[in-house]
Amino acid sequence: MGPEEQYQAHLAEGDIKLQRCDNCHATIFYPRVLCPDCGSTDLEWQTISGHGEVYSTTTTRRRPDRGGDFNISLVELSEGPRLLSHVENIEPDRVEIGMKVQARISGGEEEGYRLVFDPMEGADHG
Amino acid sequence: MGESLRAQTAIAGIGLSEFGEVAGWSHLELMAQSVVRALDDCGLKKSDIDGVFAMIEPTSLPVPAVCEYLRLQPKVMEGTMLGGSSFVNFLQWAALSITAGLCEVALITYGSNARSSKVRPGGFAAIPYETEYGARLVTSYALAAARHMHEYGTTREHLAEVAVAARGWAQKNPKAFVQDPLTIEDALSARMISDPLGLNDCCLITDGAGAVIMVSAERAINLPQQPTYLLGVAAEHSHQQIAQMADLTVTAAARSGPRAFEMAGISPKDVDVLELYDAFTINTLLFLEDLGFCKKGEGGPFLSGGRIAPGGDLPVNTNGGGLSCMHPGMYGIFTIIEAVEQLRGAAGDRQVANANIAIAHGNGGTLSIQVTSVLGGPDTV
Repeated sequence: MGPEEQYQAHLAEGDIKLQRCDNCHATIFYPRVLCPDCGSTDLEWQTISGHGEVYSTTTTRRRPDRGGDFNISLVELSEGPRLLSHVENIEPDRVEIGMKVQARISGGEEEGYRLVFDPMEGADHG
Repeated sequence: MGESLRAQTAIAGIGLSEFGEVAGWSHLELMAQSVVRALDDCGLKKSDIDGVFAMIEPTSLPVPAVCEYLRLQPKVMEGTMLGGSSFVNFLQWAALSITAGLCEVALITYGSNARSSKVRPGGFAAIPYETEYGARLVTSYALAAARHMHEYGTTREHLAEVAVAARGWAQKNPKAFVQDPLTIEDALSARMISDPLGLNDCCLITDGAGAVIMVSAERAINLPQQPTYLLGVAAEHSHQQIAQMADLTVTAAARSGPRAFEMAGISPKDVDVLELYDAFTINTLLFLEDLGFCKKGEGGPFLSGGRIAPGGDLPVNTNGGGLSCMHPGMYGIFTIIEAVEQLRGAAGDRQVANANIAIAHGNGGTLSIQVTSVLGGPDTV
């Protein structure tokens, strides 16, 4: 199983794990064969906090009959890497840069698992 | 090392197909029309072409498709897919091939009927970790714009200035596809596409094709058109998918620009006219900063008050750009063609006075690849 399938397998079991480089200690996303920073292949799967912060955000406009507007954000995980995702369970245009968010596993066996984010409990959503 | 390419080669011929909405024409037919016009322009024959640098959409093997259609048997074939920056990148490889003696007459060409065929542009397959979230091309640019606003206080009015300036130039270009008047208020009140980008922040989708013929500087002098010399060129990349772009407010143009300028032996103050790939309004703002025309973060105020519009201090996208002139899937080659028109003094009502040095800057992917070229007229050699 290559790194991407291993990542998926962890998500299928409910574990959010990313690779961490034993050499330079970078946490890596998306999963890779080598550390994109230092080139080391000594990578270990580690469970991450799932905590992150919105780095940038956009409301994608979509016709109501096709599901209406939705959010796309870049989320920077507290472990370092950034990923593109949705912030859900909040009106799309209320998502703001700097907002604290929490990862959640979405999707399924058929279409693949993926991370989405919810506003962090107790955080101020303005 | 790098200066060895400076002014070794020149653009001898340019050709534009009919463009805008050209129903009933395939992308290959538009390409061929632009090649015929480029050959007429420089007085060379089809049989003189011995190097082909091509990308057309939608075709999985663009170079053989072009060579077969035109029945060419070139000695050099190049079709590296760097999105819309491919064509400015081809300048580098055509110049190298000619300078090394691998070929003598290089054709760079592109064609697309993106508007009529409804085949959407870019040559992008699904991008892992992006497409599954409903991300589209505009998404990445919107995220870059939102971050720039957050860090530097850039506003939608600043972006609207870019759209209005492009429209102003388009109104001076009889061939530009969209010529209707556009005000800042119009742009601000237009339908939103992906916040903070609205309809007028996004490029057109048109049909069209372009061709450029490049030869050695010595040969160009004996051809009918005034040569446009390639003074400098450099390519840089930063990412494929937007989540991997280290800083969404700084593109790889911050690296390609200085390298191209160094090869050309110029600095931004020497540039008379800029053709910047404006897929979205934020592009123009980012590239002005990254190429060193103003400081990082000051692009919005810098370009405001009509500075890059007709009559402003700094002429940018003088054909109307991808925003108002044409954008058939990928726009890169048209930055080169408009720069040549300006340097020849052949741009009609939109001509920039005494244009001697121009930048043609290509953008590819989602701000992913940046290729800067510096082009010069006869006074630069």
